[in-house]
Amino acid sequence: MNIYVLMKRTFDTEEKITISGGKINEDGAEFIINPYDEYAIEEAIQVRDAQGGEVTVVSVGTEEAEKQLRTALAMGVDKAVLINTEDDLEDGDPFTTAKILSEYLKDKDADLIIGGNVAIDGGSGQVGPRVAELLGITYVTTITKLEISGSSATVVRDVEGDSEVIETSLPLLVTAQQGLNEPRYPSLPGIMKAKKKPLDELELDDLGLDEDDVEAKTKTIEIYLPPKKEAGKVLEGELEDQVKELVNLLHTESKVV
Amino acid sequence: MARKVLVLGEVRDGLLRNVSFEAVAAGKTAAEGGEVIGVLIGDSVSALTQGMIHYGADRVVTVEDEKLKQYTSDGFSQALMAVINSESPEGLIFGHTALGKDLAPKIAAKMESGLISDVTSLEEAGGNLVFTRPIYSGKAFEKKIVTDGILFATIRPNNIAPLEKDESRSGDVTSVSAEIKELRTIIKEVVRKASEGVDLSEAKVIIAGGRGVKSEEGFEPLKELAAVLNGAVGASRGACDADYCDYSLQIGQTGKVVTPDLYIACGISGAIQHLAGMSNSKVIVAINKDPEANIFKVADYGIVGDLFEVVPMLTEEFKKLKVNA
Repeated sequence: MNIYVLMKRTFDTEEKITISGGKINEDGAEFIINPYDEYAIEEAIQVRDAQGGEVTVVSVGTEEAEKQLRTALAMGVDKAVLINTEDDLEDGDPFTTAKILSEYLKDKDADLIIGGNVAIDGGSGQVGPRVAELLGITYVTTITKLEISGSSATVVRDVEGDSEVIETSLPLLVTAQQGLNEPRYPSLPGIMKAKKKPLDELELDDLGLDEDDVEAKTKTIEIYLPPKKEAGKVLEGELEDQVKELVNLLHTESKVV
Repeated sequence: MARKVLVLGEVRDGLLRNVSFEAVAAGKTAAEGGEVIGVLIGDSVSALTQGMIHYGADRVVTVEDEKLKQYTSDGFSQALMAVINSESPEGLIFGHTALGKDLAPKIAAKMESGLISDVTSLEEAGGNLVFTRPIYSGKAFEKKIVTDGILFATIRPNNIAPLEKDESRSGDVTSVSAEIKELRTIIKEVVRKASEGVDLSEAKVIIAGGRGVKSEEGFEPLKELAAVLNGAVGASRGACDADYCDYSLQIGQTGKVVTPDLYIACGISGAIQHLAGMSNSKVIVAINKDPEANIFKVADYGIVGDLFEVVPMLTEEFKKLKVNA
């Protein structure tokens, strides 16, 4: 089985967001594998271990994503590919990323492609379905279970809390939802092995693309922080009176009930 | 610039979802005086067309086929592309729902267009249509414009107010026929877990529990309060990880991002990841034993106390309020 994982490097969820010069301030911030992509990596490793084959993790980004790609290798992925856009692109959008990934994947004969259902930074959730469409293959988003038997697959998809049991076939792209699995931590031997695993770097040129082919269709004109919430009112007195006061405040002051 | 805008309505349990009307309102803004056309796709949607018109659509186009009874990306994309090809719109608005999130990127890829997802507001400014959307799960916001091709956005439920319903409005209803073929995914079964209550993403009131809820049974008083307020029950990652509830209830940076009118956090400490998922709620109430808990920093109102005492008392008080109302 030829398996590919789409991975993005993102801000650690612990990080506070600040802005400088109209951009998100990255100085000193910790970066991680997008948490949903971690589920994708774990699932790919499990499928490979059960079915045989090879897992390649691919990321579009800058050199800095090498660290997260190494982590994926340490978890058990076989090969990593960085498509480095640092010199070619200033800004991209999901159109850009999907176009680059699909150009890379189009001659790879992937049986299974797994990504996270959304990245916790940009939050668009577009890249998976876009890539599938560009490759002309089927996709199922927000999955919580994947079973593969031969060339057919049974997938459980989370639909706003309900579950759909879906039958489909390979080649297939799926995007991971929380609950799909419990991602492993890289083991020490895994980390040692990862250093020797291949991590290839490509640029747009190598994919036969130039900037114009992948130029974003949308543009960010402003980034800002939400207004800081005023410290609220902690009620006092007997518990029973607090509850009465709270109901009264919600009813008459904020009028939400 | 007046534009022709298609707005995809969404049907759930035989009714139009509220987000459909919000999308019509967004479509009106995006149309800038142009025509707003509601699109309904399904096996039997004709009875619902007037709803789209009463909420502001100028006319409605339907695509009906037995193969469209359930949503599949193949079926719905074929139906929608048939409408797009016959109408040549300059704008497209969907809800940022399970369906919209799944379908919109496929349509955008087919049209080689941009797509601005999860929009919470849009306005005309300086000759552009400017879309505002949360990034970093609501820790920041960005304003975006479309620089090339069709205006295409999905809107987050509960954020854009629908227009006033006007039953005297009328408009044409036409149907487009589409050949629905080669459905590559087959839905064998739907397990309704969310049917117990109101859907989290559209709920006006959310009662959320954290580790302080202590067990699966500990969610019962929260469910009772949610029932009185016609709200939904949510949870923190801590409660999900501890197996007190299903991951589908998780609110936070991983999990759902929600913006209800009222969010009552019960026994939730308020980790930064959880705050990212709920801090843009209109009114936040925190109930926690620990007066130092982080959740009080974002709460409008706080009660320091045991949720198992406070929540049932709240349920009783709200019941009294309903009786007197």
